[in-house]
Amino acid sequence: MPNRHSPDVVIIGAGVVGAACAYYAARSGLTVAVVDRGPVAGGTTGAGEGNLLVSDKEAGPELDLALLSTRLWRELSAALPPETEYEPKGGVVVASDEPALKALRSFAEDQRAAGVTAAEIPADRLAELEPHLAPGLAGGFHYPQDAQVQPAQAAARLLAASGAALHLGEEVTAVLRGPSGAVRGVRTARRELLAPAVVNAAGTWGGEVARLAGAHLPVLPRRGFVLVTEPLPRVVRHKVYAADYIADVASGSAALQSSAVVEGTPGGPVLIGATRERVGFDRSLSTEALRRLAAQAAALFPVLAGVQVLRAYHGFRPYLPDHLPAIGADPRVPGLLHACGHEGAGIGLAPATGVLVAAALTGAEPPLDPAPFRPERDYGPADPVPPQEQQS
Amino acid sequence: MTTSPSDPAEAAGLAIVGAGPAGLAAAVTAASLGLPVTLLDAGARPGGQYYRHPDPALGAERPHVLHHDWAAFAGREAELRAHERAGRIRHLPGRQVWSVTGSGTDWTVHSRTEDTAGEPVRARAVLLATGAYERQLPFPGWTLPGVVGAGGAQAMLKGGLVLPGRRVVVAGSGPLLLAVAASLAAAGARVPAVVEAAGYGPYARHTGTLLRNPAKLAEGALYGGALLRHRVRPLLRHAVVEAHGTGRVEAVTVARLDRDWRPVPGTGRRVPCDALAVGHGLVPELSLATALGCATRTAADGTVALVLTPGLRTSVPGIWSAGETGGVGGARLALVEGEIAALSVAGRPVPAGLARRRERLRAFADAMGAAHRPGPGWTGWLREETAVCRCEEVPAGRVREAVEELGATDARTVKLLTRAGMGWCQGRMCGPAVAALAGDGPAPDRRPLACPVRLGQLAELPAD
Repeated sequence: MPNRHSPDVVIIGAGVVGAACAYYAARSGLTVAVVDRGPVAGGTTGAGEGNLLVSDKEAGPELDLALLSTRLWRELSAALPPETEYEPKGGVVVASDEPALKALRSFAEDQRAAGVTAAEIPADRLAELEPHLAPGLAGGFHYPQDAQVQPAQAAARLLAASGAALHLGEEVTAVLRGPSGAVRGVRTARRELLAPAVVNAAGTWGGEVARLAGAHLPVLPRRGFVLVTEPLPRVVRHKVYAADYIADVASGSAALQSSAVVEGTPGGPVLIGATRERVGFDRSLSTEALRRLAAQAAALFPVLAGVQVLRAYHGFRPYLPDHLPAIGADPRVPGLLHACGHEGAGIGLAPATGVLVAAALTGAEPPLDPAPFRPERDYGPADPVPPQEQQS
Repeated sequence: MTTSPSDPAEAAGLAIVGAGPAGLAAAVTAASLGLPVTLLDAGARPGGQYYRHPDPALGAERPHVLHHDWAAFAGREAELRAHERAGRIRHLPGRQVWSVTGSGTDWTVHSRTEDTAGEPVRARAVLLATGAYERQLPFPGWTLPGVVGAGGAQAMLKGGLVLPGRRVVVAGSGPLLLAVAASLAAAGARVPAVVEAAGYGPYARHTGTLLRNPAKLAEGALYGGALLRHRVRPLLRHAVVEAHGTGRVEAVTVARLDRDWRPVPGTGRRVPCDALAVGHGLVPELSLATALGCATRTAADGTVALVLTPGLRTSVPGIWSAGETGGVGGARLALVEGEIAALSVAGRPVPAGLARRRERLRAFADAMGAAHRPGPGWTGWLREETAVCRCEEVPAGRVREAVEELGATDARTVKLLTRAGMGWCQGRMCGPAVAALAGDGPAPDRRPLACPVRLGQLAELPAD
């Protein structure tokens, strides 16, 4: 039986999405417990670059979520300590030729109608934004709303600010359900945490948590590699990428796709991400992925060719077949909510997700229509899965 | 084996990474068994960290006076040259290997030189003989000029024939300290103190092991004798808990330790010096192995080492490993393991005598490792502002905050939250310290790139 020590909600997952859910649930007056089998930011959050992007999202529900998040991140940057490294640096998307520029222009037109600020930058003025960009580009767009945080810090500081009880290093082995089928808490090896609501914020592993609760959620891993250079003086000022990136993000193909997103960090290193491929949880190094990232980054910024790459790492994005996250109450299992499947945009979309989850928990009016993110929706057919893909 | 080592397009028989004692012994053994061998090594000449050559510009005529056991090396180097001339070994010096990819009997070794990408080396089997690097435990003042690694001091002597100072305190833990102190004293330095954190008490429990390793005993007696000649006596159960100085180290504070290596209050005393050589043994270099998914274990000395079969196979089929990677054990063990690994790769039986020698040396290494394993109390000599990660200048206080307040339960999360371990050395220097502060056991390295590579070199890799 729940007692006065029982939280109002248990959140599974101490990544940035779980942390944001905890933060906004706590601000709504709920008592919160967060449980994770690993440490804070131990999964995809810790492998993320900290992108808060509107520029790569086509007009639609995900862009609306991103725009809400953009506002919320700005508020959070004032509330959280400076270690969060919020930086409204803006994005620059470049087109290598006239057809690409034309496509980018119409893409940006639709985004503008949805509330995005996007300014076309003619080729001869790109150097004012990014002095080291390669010559010969057709032009580009400047997106001042694109921003960045340090993702592990963001998750840790959100959790700390939430005041949630943390149970790290404890894997959830069962989602407890009452006789009516409603969720009544979770079990770990060390304890039972009883609560009338459980939020699945397990990211790439959200499908397994859903299964523990008796629900189905087709979350798949989509691997990405990131290259990190030696510390440099600021040679890259914005988030810079080629227009092809947008097509990669929207694609569901299992095959390796890459278009380098290049950016500097306050610490000095330049980050170059990220490939996208569906190879299950394969942790082996793909030299082909590194080659493509390196070649594309050097094509955008020739000065980087001579720079040392100190490390490479990979992460597994939580990917749902229709490229939208699952957010909100699951009508199939009363008391179960989901907040996962954000693919490569989880850092950016975390605050808006947290606000929607808090609203669902308290019955408050959500700031935007959550219907497109309904967990029980029809996700459509998954794209063809390569034979080596494993879902464990 | 039908491939020819002179044709880089074909998978050569065996690629060996590292030409230290293990890799060198493996290369000459494998070549003598008829396996085509490609030997890649970061150094200009074979020998690794142990058999170091003085810079040729120095014109040293007798490098062997700084080494015992030089003959074991010189013989194998001569064999290597003979195999090279006969085309049985392709020796690629000056190559840093940044990744090994592949599976089964089709492997690609990716390397770089100082300025260029080396062409990928194909192989049917790979032997990782990547050695070890020095274990450092931070203390206040350890970033001062004049503070050098104990192994670093030895390397300076062997490679550059230079002394780190004129009055050198040697400190830390492990058998290397005596060797370093003896070399420094023999080269003309004053060694006011050799400060060893462990007691030799644990050795007593392994008297049997010691007696079965007469060469090691003789080695100890040799160093002991050399030190006595120079009036140097190791100070047991003590540590340098602080180095003092403004522009350079001028003195160190030496304090008594309790059984857990916690400094005993009130026991500190100052020892003037102009250099400090400090080290706590060695850490196996496993970046390539762990990137391949090779299974690891915690060795007796508290470091992470590879799990190996008696034939020195790793848990990944097609990948063998020999020497320090299987647990730090010294050059003599590495030579034996190199031979065993080559026999194993070639599918030959390992002579019982060789296998017994390996077991005996391993048992000895384990006994020494257990005796010198850092006690948990060493973090007691850190101050909040003591730099733990030198590359990224992360103080102990920030690491503790990440652990106590931000939910980091392991070294990786500490890294994500503080940048400790993200710099040039990729955590080789601060890894053991960060793991200890995180209250975490030693974790296997995760470095998909074993060394830095220029972006342009990655861009020029052959496309899939």
